Amino acid sequence: MKRRVPLIIVFCVSLFMVIQYFVPLDSLERVYRSFLDYTIIIGVFALLLGIWSLCRVNYDKIKRKSENWQYAIITLTGFFIMTIAGFLSGWGRTDNYLYQHLFSYVLVPIQATMFSLLAFFIASAAFRAFRARSLLATLLLISGLVIMIRFVPLGFLSEPISDLAGWILRVPNMAAKRAIIIGVGLGAVATAFKIMLGIERAYLGRD
Amino acid sequence: MHETIQDSATVTLLWTTLGALLTVATFSFLYRDNPIYKVAEHLVVGVGAGYFLVLLVYTTLKPKLFDALAEGHLWYIIPGVLGVLMWLRFSRKLSWISRYSIAFYIGTSGVSIPLYMYNNVNRQVSSTLDLGMGFGSLTEVWGILIVLGTLAGLVYFFFSKAHKGAFGGFAKFGILVLMIGFGASFGYTVMARISLFVQRIAELEDWGAMLIAYFFS
Amino acid sequence: MNFLNRIVALDRRWVFLFLFVVVSMAYLLRNYFSVDITVTKEVKSIYDFIEKRNEGDKLLISFDYDPSSLAELHPMSRAIMLHCFRRGIRVVAVTLSQYGAGMVEEILREVAAEAKEAYGVDPQYGRDYCFVGYRPYPAMVILGMGENFRVFFPRDYYDTPLDSIPLMQGVRNYDDVNAVIGITSGTTADFWIVYGNARYDMPLALGVTGVMATDYYPYLGNAIFGLIGGWKGAAEYEKLIDRSADANAGMPAQVVAHLTIVLFIMIGNIGYLLSRKSTNAVS
Repeated sequence: MKRRVPLIIVFCVSLFMVIQYFVPLDSLERVYRSFLDYTIIIGVFALLLGIWSLCRVNYDKIKRKSENWQYAIITLTGFFIMTIAGFLSGWGRTDNYLYQHLFSYVLVPIQATMFSLLAFFIASAAFRAFRARSLLATLLLISGLVIMIRFVPLGFLSEPISDLAGWILRVPNMAAKRAIIIGVGLGAVATAFKIMLGIERAYLGRD
Repeated sequence: MHETIQDSATVTLLWTTLGALLTVATFSFLYRDNPIYKVAEHLVVGVGAGYFLVLLVYTTLKPKLFDALAEGHLWYIIPGVLGVLMWLRFSRKLSWISRYSIAFYIGTSGVSIPLYMYNNVNRQVSSTLDLGMGFGSLTEVWGILIVLGTLAGLVYFFFSKAHKGAFGGFAKFGILVLMIGFGASFGYTVMARISLFVQRIAELEDWGAMLIAYFFS
Repeated sequence: MNFLNRIVALDRRWVFLFLFVVVSMAYLLRNYFSVDITVTKEVKSIYDFIEKRNEGDKLLISFDYDPSSLAELHPMSRAIMLHCFRRGIRVVAVTLSQYGAGMVEEILREVAAEAKEAYGVDPQYGRDYCFVGYRPYPAMVILGMGENFRVFFPRDYYDTPLDSIPLMQGVRNYDDVNAVIGITSGTTADFWIVYGNARYDMPLALGVTGVMATDYYPYLGNAIFGLIGGWKGAAEYEKLIDRSADANAGMPAQVVAHLTIVLFIMIGNIGYLLSRKSTNAVS
């Protein structure tokens, strides 16, 4: 009951999803559509679970006064202000002034800036770690440099460099990424089969 | 569409200043990890979660579950119940029931079997063998190089046979091709990261211009 | 030698400061530089596709990105939308990214106003464009939309039933739009290819971040008909529609930043080679 029923559900649903791809019957398509619909609804509850966990972790942090607990207050305050603002406009409406402005002037700038910090770390890595230590590292370096300088105005060199960059992208890069895509495809199919047949069952957790 | 509320110049400036200060607070991490950065970091987590919660309720639960049930589509009780069962994960005794919901969700991944096989394998193999899809005037020559490179890359990822002799040599050619591909990715990544930084500078410039316009004109 | 060793051992914050100052200056002084952009085949094919459409044709544009990649993808979103409005192409907008909805609302409003100012057209919500909203789990949503948009989007983002929006009347699934353009960061681009194009065979083009761009070249010609990669791709599109905006404005800073990083790599490698030489000499 605890493990066998979920394994049977996975097998039946997986098998159905495979069969409906090959058998274009109206009745199967109706069930398929419902399955897609149901999956999202179930998934939303999982996402809500994640949000609940975030609140609980932060609440526990404050309650236990663990390290840096003061910042947990900021997280929870931000969460509650945003949630209340969102629900203030009336059921189903997201046009609350505070909700929209907190998104545009708090969430957007912080998130965009956080990711922009990566520019500095990549520069530092280029300075310290990007070395031509071996043939492989040298190839990586040359290919990277060609792609980087392809739009730098270099007079008569610009055109050949731009052509070389095009060749790198459309020939060796194409071959490299194709090998990865085919490998990923075979891996994904194998994993999906293992899940369907109950060989891979980590999602069940422990008893 | 939603009507936008037109803020006065002062209110707009105040909001923009808040955004600019948070940008600077986040940049302060470049000097070292510090309390100002931590405030911004924790604030974005909370605000982001709140934004997402409201969005989930209004854009998914409301139209797909509440409205559907209200309109008499009682079948929607099934995903609703399965969704609620997910929350039993918090109960020590009953957490196993949540596996039913997870099993249904995981089961739908079966749809990926034929699609990944077709897209990632069949389609890519047939495109690789199409020598006319090479590059420039020597398209067939480069087409053959793509075939060899793809094959060698796959050989490199094949670990069930030791990489020795001719097989090992071909695998070595594979890793050379892969390295050129990764180099190209690195080149593009630099552009991507710099773009993010330049956009923040552009925002700060706009804020500066707004301040000057407000106080000096 | 000693000097190079000291440079290589420098506190990384000096590297940060140098990059910050140089790139900021290049951006602020952008009007004194111009960077010539070469338009690539993969970007041109998207432009050509839209250019060949008739007035009233429809495109589904999916804005699947968060503020974290707004810098790269907003410029291409703007350029494509402007091109559509100029040509009288109707746009059905959707987002499969959790923080996308707020940004899509903003960009639709801004681009509609910009199109009015630049081209004298007046795109109206419901007639020329609409925003169906956001749903989580992109793979499932893409599959569902292939059956019927109404499976997941019975109403638009503003809670209006889809059937009462003039633009959406008669639009059932991908068969009723001329193409899908996914402007995407992250795995949603793969989902559009696998669950969208491979399953429903609709014409698909992608606009992706620079980090992702090289990964999608193998799909050109077999799954996607065009590809816009990062800021340079956006700058190419701006050049094609003859409207220099954010991406072109940032190109001088991009050039300077790239040269700075190339310089860093060279200094690091010269230091490394010299130190290896001296180690060999000692041993």
